[in-house]
Amino acid sequence: MAGTTPTIKRSALMDGFWRLLSDPMGAIGVVLVTLLILSAVFAGLLSPYDPAAIDVPSKLQAPSWAHWLGTDHLGRDVLSRALFGGRVALSVALISTAMAVGFGVVLGMIAGFGPKWLDNPIVLAFDTVRAYPVIILALAVGPIFGAGLNTVIGILVVTSVPYYGRIVRTSVIAASKADYVEALMAMGMSRARILVRHILPNIIGPILILASMDIPVFIAAEAGLSFLGVGVKPPQSSWGLILEDGYKFIRQTYWLIIAGSVPLITATLGFTFLGEALRDTFDPKLRRGG
Amino acid sequence: MLVYSLKRIGLGILVLLLAISSLYILIQAAPGDPASAMLGPRATPALKAAITEKLGLDQPMPVQVFNYLASVLQGDLGIDLKTKQPVLNTLKIHLPRTLELLGASVLVAALTGIPLGCIAAVRRNSLFDRAIGLLSVSVIAVPAVIIAIFGMLIFAAGLGWAPAIGAGEDEGFLSLLHHLILPAIAVGIGWVGYIARLVRASMIEVLSTNYVRNARAFGLPERRIIYRYALRIAVAPTITVIGIGVGVMMGSAVFVEIVFARPGIGKLMYEAVLLRNYPVSLGAVLAASFILIVATTISDILNALIDPRFMETGD
Repeated sequence: MAGTTPTIKRSALMDGFWRLLSDPMGAIGVVLVTLLILSAVFAGLLSPYDPAAIDVPSKLQAPSWAHWLGTDHLGRDVLSRALFGGRVALSVALISTAMAVGFGVVLGMIAGFGPKWLDNPIVLAFDTVRAYPVIILALAVGPIFGAGLNTVIGILVVTSVPYYGRIVRTSVIAASKADYVEALMAMGMSRARILVRHILPNIIGPILILASMDIPVFIAAEAGLSFLGVGVKPPQSSWGLILEDGYKFIRQTYWLIIAGSVPLITATLGFTFLGEALRDTFDPKLRRGG
Repeated sequence: MLVYSLKRIGLGILVLLLAISSLYILIQAAPGDPASAMLGPRATPALKAAITEKLGLDQPMPVQVFNYLASVLQGDLGIDLKTKQPVLNTLKIHLPRTLELLGASVLVAALTGIPLGCIAAVRRNSLFDRAIGLLSVSVIAVPAVIIAIFGMLIFAAGLGWAPAIGAGEDEGFLSLLHHLILPAIAVGIGWVGYIARLVRASMIEVLSTNYVRNARAFGLPERRIIYRYALRIAVAPTITVIGIGVGVMMGSAVFVEIVFARPGIGKLMYEAVLLRNYPVSLGAVLAASFILIVATTISDILNALIDPRFMETGD
């Protein structure tokens, strides 16, 4: 840390990246995630049609040159909807992960290194939130607050904060017993400064790796909630909505189910592979399942 | 140990009370008037007036929370707007079906995951081990809704190996079992991966301990060492995973119950949401939270029994 020059840090990072690519699971993860990000960013350019454009006479068509993944029950181009669905899935996953990690880190640090009297109430609040099964809570509360992206993100963030909070709290308590923390306190440095400048950089790496492994969980949750009708609302697109349409019209066509599930599986597998490989490359200690 | 168990049960009860109160406060924070938030737009003016009076919706929030808590603890979860019966009666019909599904899913996950993890550990770094590793990660990654839809399409609608819809509750035990197989596999399959990985890791750790080395030095057969001694210890962490996993499994059960048109809490909630029958969906959340709290409490106590170090850390 103190003696590490930026050059060494950069080369260690590059070294880690090459090791990540040399792991087949990591390489597949990197490729799939890169494709997914590119397709989401350039969804506007790649989509052959407006994803919300209704064309009822061409409804429920099988794949053709005009519509590569066919059309849905309103005649909308499924490829365009799948591409924009990727944008929704990625936005929900990234925003939810960032917010959950942010709140979790702050609350976990306060519980672990803040005033003693705050520790128990925060842990109790974490345990209370963890007592609700996420999907079931979302199904009940979502419609009351109004289905939509904000509600999905809100529920995912609130139910994930305790997960990060507890891990951060445990890590902070362990790190605060280190000699260097006692030395800094003896030197008169404030607790807040020790926490932010010295403890946080030491614990954040594993937390970020764990966060990367939650991205596929959030992608699946958004799709699942949209499938249940409490997530993204039409005319906006979502892989879960395509799946829901596919399930409704399964007797007429199976293309919608395929168009909804292939990108969803690709995304969750890609992020899971990448997360696993990241963990093995940068923090093998985190590896619990062998 | 007794002190820890009592403390853990006490914490479980406290968390349950807080979970009930928090849900009430959360609903009151929703846009619109509180009676509509509790009952949904389908509620009659008479029902709205009744709930306003019962919970004292014009009173200060702590009084309202206390009233709500008191009525929930007495088993009063409101009136099912569809059947006009108490919500508790509706839950009593659907809850056993979900519990059956969860129990069967845990069995599927444990009975498949434990042997796979064990063999992978014994044949460490073999092709089988690598294949199980890849398979575990993959089944963990695939969302429950996809597994449910494709399970139903391929094995029920396509191959006809099991019924596609219903729970077969009126046709005897065998029919119940037959209707349960596919849904239980669909819910449990993701956990096969978790359990296999966990058992593999802890098995590798146990196999490298001194007492296993001693057993080998005494010439005990390898099979006996692995299956009679090592596996028994290596299986312990599975209990934690299942305890924590009950919440996620309930989420998967929602999709599976809807796709397989199986009666249960998930399907009940889905229909309640479509009809805006909020008392039922809120009652179902409380029932699900209760199950989750009981499961995590039991798993924590079992864990402490197996490994007393757990009492100190709790993580």
